[in-house]
Amino acid sequence: MKPVLDAEEIKQAIQKIAREILEEEELLEKVVLVGITTRGVPLSQRVGALLKEAKGIEVPAGVLDMTLYRDDLSRLSTHPVVRRTEIPFSIDGKSVFLLDDVLYTGRTIRGALNALFDLGRPDRVGLAVLVDRGGREIPIEAGIVGIHVEAKKEENVVVKLKETDGEEGVFIE
Amino acid sequence: MQLKRKDLLGIEELNREEIELILETARSFQEVSGREIKKVPALRGKTVVNLFFEDSTRTRISFEIAAKRLSADLLTITKSGSSVAKGETLLDTARNLEALGANLIVCRHRASGAPHWLARNLHASVINAGDGSHEHPSQALLDLLTVADRKKRMDGLQVAIVGDIAHSRVARSNIYAFSKMGAQVRVVGPATMIPRGIENFGVRGQCPQVFYDLGNGIQDCDVIMMLRIQQERIIWTPFSSLTEYSRFYGLNREILKRAKEDVIVMHPGPVNRGIELEPEVADGPHSVILDQVANGVAVRMAILYLLSGHS
Repeated sequence: MKPVLDAEEIKQAIQKIAREILEEEELLEKVVLVGITTRGVPLSQRVGALLKEAKGIEVPAGVLDMTLYRDDLSRLSTHPVVRRTEIPFSIDGKSVFLLDDVLYTGRTIRGALNALFDLGRPDRVGLAVLVDRGGREIPIEAGIVGIHVEAKKEENVVVKLKETDGEEGVFIE
Repeated sequence: MQLKRKDLLGIEELNREEIELILETARSFQEVSGREIKKVPALRGKTVVNLFFEDSTRTRISFEIAAKRLSADLLTITKSGSSVAKGETLLDTARNLEALGANLIVCRHRASGAPHWLARNLHASVINAGDGSHEHPSQALLDLLTVADRKKRMDGLQVAIVGDIAHSRVARSNIYAFSKMGAQVRVVGPATMIPRGIENFGVRGQCPQVFYDLGNGIQDCDVIMMLRIQQERIIWTPFSSLTEYSRFYGLNREILKRAKEDVIVMHPGPVNRGIELEPEVADGPHSVILDQVANGVAVRMAILYLLSGHS
């Protein structure tokens, strides 16, 4: 595994995400954060903490599991584990920022958008990712990107965060 | 952990990890039922057939709602109003349904083992929705979910199952389910309703304790599960009258005091009010009967979802 980002660089990338959210929605009035399971969840919590530091406002944060919206479910021999979606607030009329660790084919985000719109009708939806590794298979782009990484198709970009993996780092394997 | 099974026929063959996976998946589905739009696309294009050879409202409707919330196509076939009434055999009916593209068949039948036989002869997944007096696995799983949500633990819980143990598939599935999860099961009822050998039934080391007296049976219990007196399944008279049964084995507010203060009272429905359960108890603060109904949908969504991956 080749290291790409260390803990400090991850911290800076998350600060960049928080900064750019503030550039788009200065008052944070309608902003809610939705982390996509698994690693979008700690990301959304960290971004939320930075927004609170900057503006003193607690931005609502939720968890979205898009497993049931995967486009390959009918092709899998055993269905993957479904995790809990927990969005204990209305997203109607809100400015939702979806957060995920790696943006690759775009299929996860496609499913997440469908899942999100089954929960309500936000005013707008933004996408923020820690790493954009290219390789899109559908026309979806992130408005906010922590860092761009060049990775070949056969390579795997692995994000590790303290909350989910016990360590920090972005690697290519 | 994944469920690597074609069918769900009983709790007997499940291990603890599989039970926990189904419950955990069901918890994820509880959220879907709380949404404004209660639908997810997970089973789009799959066909679920409810094949019910025995009357059922609750279980059938629960499976129907579960299938619809997962976006599956659904059809329900009951004994009357189908070619079954014209003498077609069970297997012919099922094979025809499979030829029409059924992916999952939910079967209820008065003969114990009927779903197992279908499962052996079909490629489609078969879910046992109650076979004779054998098993009713989805009921036991929804009961486990209800207890787990309320009690937050399973190990060491005292669970009393009260009523016609001999004829009850709910009892059989629940004895397996709760003892596999580490609870201590008691069976309570008149001697004519307790099958011989029940004290060696289930999981070794966790076999049920037998009580013939209701008060002693529910003493210090965490969970009381009342069974319905199944007048349609009993072919001889195990007690002299319903009034007598009710007097000795009906759960009322007075006798309920012998259980733990935070006891929960369950019933698989439909309740014979005033026979096995006093209305004040059925509607009282200890009752979780409606939670059971709501959890039934989540558990059945989990079962349909986990089995439908198999091709």
